[in-house]
Amino acid sequence: MDFGSDNNKKMMLVAGTVLAFLLLVGRLSYLQLINTELKLSADNNAFRYETLYPPRGQIFDRNGRLIVSNKNAFDIMVTPADVKEFDTLELCRMLDLDTSFVYSEFRRFRKYRRRIGFQTIPFARHLSAERYSLFMESQQKFQGFTGTPRTERIYEYNAGGNLLGYVTEVDEKYIKRHPEYRPGDYVGRTGIEEACERELRGKKGCKIFLRDAMNVIKAPYRNGECDTAAVPGINVITTIDAELQNYVENLMKNKVGSVVAIEPSTGEILTMVSSPGIDVSVLGDIGKHYRQLNADPFKPLFNRAVASTQPPGSVFKLVNGLIALEEEVVTPETKFPCSNGYHVGDLTVGCHSHPSPIDLRQSVMMSCNAYYCALFRRILDNPKYPSVDSSFTAWRDYVGSFGFGSKLGSDFPAEKASRVPTAEYYDKMYSGRWNSVSCISLSIGQGEMGCTPLHLANLASIIANRGYYYIPHIIRNHPDPEEDARFAEKHFCAVDSRHFEPIIDGMWKAVNAEPGAGGTARSAHVNGLDICGKTGTAENPHGDTHAVFICFAPKEHPVIAVAVYLENAGFGGTWAAPVASLAVEKYINGDIDRTPAREVLENRILNADLLYKNPASDKFVKSKNAK
Amino acid sequence: MKMERRLYTHIDWLTIICWLFIAIFGWLNIYSSVYADDGVSIFSLATKSGNQFLWIMIGVVAAISLLFMISPKFYFSITWWLYIATVVLLVTVLFVGKEINGAKAWLSIGSFSLQPSEISKITTSLALAVTMGTYDFRFSNRACLIKVLFVVLLPVALIAFEPDMGTILVYCSLCFMFYREGMTGWLILFALLGILLFVVTLKFSPLVAILVLIGLLGLLYSLFTNTPMGTFLLITAFVVLVAFLPGLYDAEGMKFLSMMTPELWVIILTVPFIISLIWRGLGKKKRFRIYFAIVYVISVAMIFSVQKIFDDVLQSHHRDRIENLLGITQDLKGAGYNVHQSEIAIGSGGFDGKGFLQGTQTKFNFVPEQSTDFIFCTIGEEWGFLGSILVLAAYLTIILKLISSAERQRDSRYRIYGYCVACILFTHVFVNIGMTIGIMPVVGIPLPFISYGGSSFLSFTIMLFIYLRLDLERWR
Repeated sequence: MDFGSDNNKKMMLVAGTVLAFLLLVGRLSYLQLINTELKLSADNNAFRYETLYPPRGQIFDRNGRLIVSNKNAFDIMVTPADVKEFDTLELCRMLDLDTSFVYSEFRRFRKYRRRIGFQTIPFARHLSAERYSLFMESQQKFQGFTGTPRTERIYEYNAGGNLLGYVTEVDEKYIKRHPEYRPGDYVGRTGIEEACERELRGKKGCKIFLRDAMNVIKAPYRNGECDTAAVPGINVITTIDAELQNYVENLMKNKVGSVVAIEPSTGEILTMVSSPGIDVSVLGDIGKHYRQLNADPFKPLFNRAVASTQPPGSVFKLVNGLIALEEEVVTPETKFPCSNGYHVGDLTVGCHSHPSPIDLRQSVMMSCNAYYCALFRRILDNPKYPSVDSSFTAWRDYVGSFGFGSKLGSDFPAEKASRVPTAEYYDKMYSGRWNSVSCISLSIGQGEMGCTPLHLANLASIIANRGYYYIPHIIRNHPDPEEDARFAEKHFCAVDSRHFEPIIDGMWKAVNAEPGAGGTARSAHVNGLDICGKTGTAENPHGDTHAVFICFAPKEHPVIAVAVYLENAGFGGTWAAPVASLAVEKYINGDIDRTPAREVLENRILNADLLYKNPASDKFVKSKNAK
Repeated sequence: MKMERRLYTHIDWLTIICWLFIAIFGWLNIYSSVYADDGVSIFSLATKSGNQFLWIMIGVVAAISLLFMISPKFYFSITWWLYIATVVLLVTVLFVGKEINGAKAWLSIGSFSLQPSEISKITTSLALAVTMGTYDFRFSNRACLIKVLFVVLLPVALIAFEPDMGTILVYCSLCFMFYREGMTGWLILFALLGILLFVVTLKFSPLVAILVLIGLLGLLYSLFTNTPMGTFLLITAFVVLVAFLPGLYDAEGMKFLSMMTPELWVIILTVPFIISLIWRGLGKKKRFRIYFAIVYVISVAMIFSVQKIFDDVLQSHHRDRIENLLGITQDLKGAGYNVHQSEIAIGSGGFDGKGFLQGTQTKFNFVPEQSTDFIFCTIGEEWGFLGSILVLAAYLTIILKLISSAERQRDSRYRIYGYCVACILFTHVFVNIGMTIGIMPVVGIPLPFISYGGSSFLSFTIMLFIYLRLDLERWR
């Protein structure tokens, strides 16, 4: 500027020079010291990572039988950034693909080219060795395509897709939530595959090559110093009994429902069947069948054993009976009358015909509704508590100690919580004016409550143990010691063990009483097994009643506790009890006794097709039994 | 003779050390940029590093001869012959030159290639020193002005025919020397304003550019008059507010407002102010008000013609480079590839770099022109922030040393030449490094003493050492 001497001008020029250099330094410090993205870009430019995929761990049953193992398969991978022109038709012929698939894949690569960058992603999966070798012969014609050995699951037993879970390639949603996964990785979803993902997946290895701007591989990076080998996944031993699982899968064919069996002395899940389920024949390549499974009206992807909350029905009477004994509002000798139901005001809870009055043991054996309505009102109207609010809350705490009202906390994924209403719930529903009659349905396991078959099996296990349970679990010797300790911990329910004997007596009689004495579960009787059980017939608005049965055996030192829940099947004694008895017999005796009675029963169950009774079926007609 | 010997005790060793450091460091980086793990020696004449070593040796010999063997009087006695010879070379290259990267800038003599524009920087500097170094030189004197403009514009015009935008840019930087020698600083400021408005118009919109213009001029105006700052702020706020009115009105009577572009609206708004400015400026001593009005009108005209200049005058690759620099388009595979890869290289160097010969970006040729125009990537990648700062510090030392010693010259010709060297070096360093780190458009000019190439290395060395020899004269 004109203001100033020569010296001033010199200073302006010096200041300008220094300022310009500071600008350079500022930009340099941003690029080199602050921005970290550029370093990654340089690595992505120069390094070519070749991932080595480890074989997934194998899955064994409790007796060391292999349930899930691996076979070799090959995936064709593609690095879209490296692809040069190629003969689409020839590639399609070689890999048995559709041209439209190739086009749509390449459109996708184009769309996401930023995100994909120099990454290598799967293109065609599960190639047989023959196809793979065919491809390898002419690989140089298809630049950017490479083959990589993978392992594919094979299933030795029909242990049920819902129990085992499946393995798929990770999708974008999954990567977002689990950033340690990369496109092209496989991950176990649902079931045991998901529960043990950390052990089963193993560790990926990596080979690093250097490449130049022309994408020519120059050399292994630092002569392979930084390469890592793939570490195979760890084998997992589950608590499942493969033979039993397989057998129950067969029993449950063409029925809607689930079976859970637990070893009461450990909480180990012996069997978990959800039907209709995913067949193991499609499990290996579930991607191809997923759409079809998802559209199936019977929802085979839905694991009913842990995720279907339904009213427990009459089996819940056992819990109420135990609570009444602990609260000393009844004794085993207390008798209540039943006149084909329980009548109070205009309310009637119906019951079937049976002798009256009866005591507690007989009430369990004959599953009398009136008895439990009366008993339940005694619990809630207990003068010990100032109000129905507090007595109800006390009742709910008891119920909670049996594992109801929340999740059990098993290691099996997707477990749903059981639902038990709270006092506040009724306060809100009846605007504060309610009494023991308002929630009378809870006495017989109906109404506002629900639980999963896993909860029911756990109940059977609590009764078998006379008052405690271990959290049901599917992995033996969990690798995480904290988890392992969690499953080794005894959970006592709030009812003293001496109160269990009359209830267990009633359950024994329900199965083993002489014909004509009124036992509801005679069909579950097996000579010499001393099965103790309780039927349930849960009403529901959709169709025929749900058939429920829980049992354990033998009466002394029980080794198995089973819950069977058959949706819309009818009476618990007709359908659920036979399934449970067959499962118990199979587990304890190793096979079904070849007497005519048992064989007839087994064949009846194996051949029964109850799907038509489910509202999801297109042959569904509302049965006359439905209410 | 004794006198001469005494002179040499004042040799500017600091500058020479910096020069040597930059040259040798550059040579190592050239080796690194062509290094291919095949055990070829850094001295092998089959490689660029070997050649560069040869050039450095020749440069040292040249430096010694310039310092000790040629008297300053000699340069000024043959200045015009050198100037004419350069002009002849510049004309020759237009006819028989070798075209590289779209510019006919190279003369091939056997295996040796020569860039006349490199030499022209030296000879033009000398010619300017002779022209402007006379006792009675004044910019206000029209004859002087025409002479200076002729000396500068003749080579510029010839180079524009090649065309070599980089060298023209370097010539433009001579205005800093003119500024030191008496040219008004307003011209530089006006040029900077022009660049700013050009960039703002392209990046944002003419409206934003006009608002920026009004803001800057208003600020200056209130600084140079007694107008209180408050008045200026009020006026600016008023204009900015009203500028957005047309978009807000939807009423029937206001339709004509919303038909108008906001730019036009703002211009119309400012017309009364400008008229009053000119009116009031008619009085004596208040001429600068008219200058403000003129600057405003010229700027507005420029803002509206920016798009036209950009589309029609500039070549398409220049357009692409500018658009990439301003982030208007992002084409990482095409026009933006070099700069993007260069930023990756430099950024991945981090604080202390990847180490000598360890740069993956440079080693595997991700950055084109790595040994010449983009040599700074190698430095940034392998030597990191530390190395980059060291190089910058060495350049800054040389430039500041040049300015401060030029100021002390008794002979104004020496001072002018010194400033010319400083301007040229500064522009080369700033534009070259600025382009590798993405704050300057890609202009193909070499990094002095570092970029591979004998023609460039030798001409910079000769230019610098002529001055170092001239500098000794002040101790006589």
